[in-house]
Amino acid sequence: MRFDLDRPLELTFALAPDLLLIAGTMVLLLASAWGTETAKRQRAVGRWSIALCVLTLAAVIYMWWAGHTATRGAIAVDPFRWATDVLILLGAILAIALSMDYLERERIDVAEAHVLILFAVSGMMLLAAARDLMIVFLGIELMSIAVYVLAGLNRRSGRAAEAALKYFLLGAFSSGFLLYGIALVFGATGSTNIADIGAAILERGLTTNAMLLAGVGLLVVGLGFKVAAAPFHMWTPDVYEGAPTPMTAFMAAAVKAAAFAVFLRIWMEAFPYLNGAWHKPLWYLAVFTMVVGNVVALVQKNIKRMLAYSSIAHAGYLLVAVVVSNFEGASAYLFYVFAYTLATMGAFAVVIALAQTGERGQQIEDYAGLWRVRPGLAAAMAVFMLALLGFPIFGGMGFFAKWYVLQAALRPPSQTNLAIWVVGTSLVSAAYYLYVVMVMFMKARPAEAPSPLKVPGMTRFVIATCAIVLLVVGIWPRPVLRVARRSLPQLVHLSEDLPRAPAPPR
Amino acid sequence: MGLFYTFHFYLFGVIAIISAVAFVTRRSPVAAALWLVNTMFCLAALYVMMDAQFIGAIQVLVYAGAIMVVFLFVVMLLNLGHASDVTDIVGGKTKLAAGLVGLLLLAEVFVLWKDDGAPAPVPAQQELEPGVIDQVAAPLFREYLLAFEITSVLLLAAIVGAVVLAKRRVT
Repeated sequence: MRFDLDRPLELTFALAPDLLLIAGTMVLLLASAWGTETAKRQRAVGRWSIALCVLTLAAVIYMWWAGHTATRGAIAVDPFRWATDVLILLGAILAIALSMDYLERERIDVAEAHVLILFAVSGMMLLAAARDLMIVFLGIELMSIAVYVLAGLNRRSGRAAEAALKYFLLGAFSSGFLLYGIALVFGATGSTNIADIGAAILERGLTTNAMLLAGVGLLVVGLGFKVAAAPFHMWTPDVYEGAPTPMTAFMAAAVKAAAFAVFLRIWMEAFPYLNGAWHKPLWYLAVFTMVVGNVVALVQKNIKRMLAYSSIAHAGYLLVAVVVSNFEGASAYLFYVFAYTLATMGAFAVVIALAQTGERGQQIEDYAGLWRVRPGLAAAMAVFMLALLGFPIFGGMGFFAKWYVLQAALRPPSQTNLAIWVVGTSLVSAAYYLYVVMVMFMKARPAEAPSPLKVPGMTRFVIATCAIVLLVVGIWPRPVLRVARRSLPQLVHLSEDLPRAPAPPR
Repeated sequence: MGLFYTFHFYLFGVIAIISAVAFVTRRSPVAAALWLVNTMFCLAALYVMMDAQFIGAIQVLVYAGAIMVVFLFVVMLLNLGHASDVTDIVGGKTKLAAGLVGLLLLAEVFVLWKDDGAPAPVPAQQELEPGVIDQVAAPLFREYLLAFEITSVLLLAAIVGAVVLAKRRVT
């Protein structure tokens, strides 16, 4: 049916999965606050959180299947939203599963950790739905505040405290940029609704309006910080290294997915007619991000720092989708994030499985000769590294993900130079991804190396699921691709093909 | 605009700017905070002059009232009272950068002023009614109901986060 978003009841239905998640989160919050802090309670809340995510996932898929649409309002009801929700919930389920084992091993008996993940997920789902800059801001804040706390969850670790404080201060600063940008865009167009902004720019010919362009620039800075695009990436390595590993995985996968979803929606719906103004700056931002991420990753010794820089590089590849800002870009984004979520979650799961208590043993050298002691973990890690690299067959989905990003860049009007940069920087990335594989399979294990701890059930489940899905979809990508192709944002005021030329002058 | 209006506009404007300058130049944190209160009051007066009485009242209550009390509490808890003990942690480069940002913002104001592009259509001025709050309340609970409700979830998440981080026994 077509929801009339001006009527509260229909707005409620349009937000049903989000509201279900928020209501469940409140119940779990009460459950985790009740009684003493024990590992058993933490695990129980974790299990219920996963159940809640699965329930929400079912609700999302039902809404998707029912094919609802909505009037032009504060939220979007379209397949793009549901597909992004599925990716976010997938990331959340994997992250909660990992943190259950991790928190028990590190003796952090905080059941609220799972609740905070759920709060962050509700913010992300609102971001996926947002069609009003006000909802965008609130969604980003809800997501970020929960994640700041998650980064500092380990009170015994000085580095975790540093990570949380750094993330919080820089995040608050970037929120200021975002908010100022939103204010200027509102000042220039008279609306915070994304569709209305696009219409106002076209109708009133605001393509050279100084206030609007300043606002768009500030939005790029604010969103660039959230997706960790260079040169706004300074916080990423320290925060990713200091935060508890499952939370790092959650940040690298789900936070990035949600921020990119809203980036794409704003750019496709509000600013297509400003293409002439933002195209060059975003192009350079994408290339700079790819180069910085990949080159600095080469010299990292710590696996978490290496993965942090690799996540910056992947933000660069995903920015290609924003640079092209068309339907190919949107479906390439969905496919890419699916592969990237699985590979990142899997890689961090292996890091968790191999670390000793207190996050020791996370240098890449510590993985020497892993193939001899833990062949399963070594093989899985090899799959994740190859998937992040985009290697065919053994890297599974990763190859197709890169391929579709390249295809989106090469569709007319083609961005050949951008595609060349993607391929070139990917070649550089082979050096550090394959180095991990080389260390695991070809180096001898030092005699004094501690034997890895037993891998708990949930972690094992996450590693196996990620590796198997990556490989299976890598062999048979067609169904996933078909879904990604169909899950397009619904643009209210624009025709099917977006105009590439700037609007005629006034 | 009568002379009366212009006079008061410049009066409050000049006091606001002088207080803001005093706020960033005072060494004692308490004095700086009190200058900030003064700026907030002048802004509230300017809002009232723009027929936004409700915003003016909120400005006094929230900014000059609640936020300043929190400021002073922090100053008190950190025991920063004596200006002589506080060394200037802001280096020359930072001051230069701050000055540049200030100039940039000033330039922006001029650009926006000179910009002859069509200004955004401001919603038609409503008839001034005695109940000024209606004009704020009606959109808040109709058009922006969703944003309003999300804010409550946001605040809850922030409270839970603060409690999780701060109120825990670490062994």
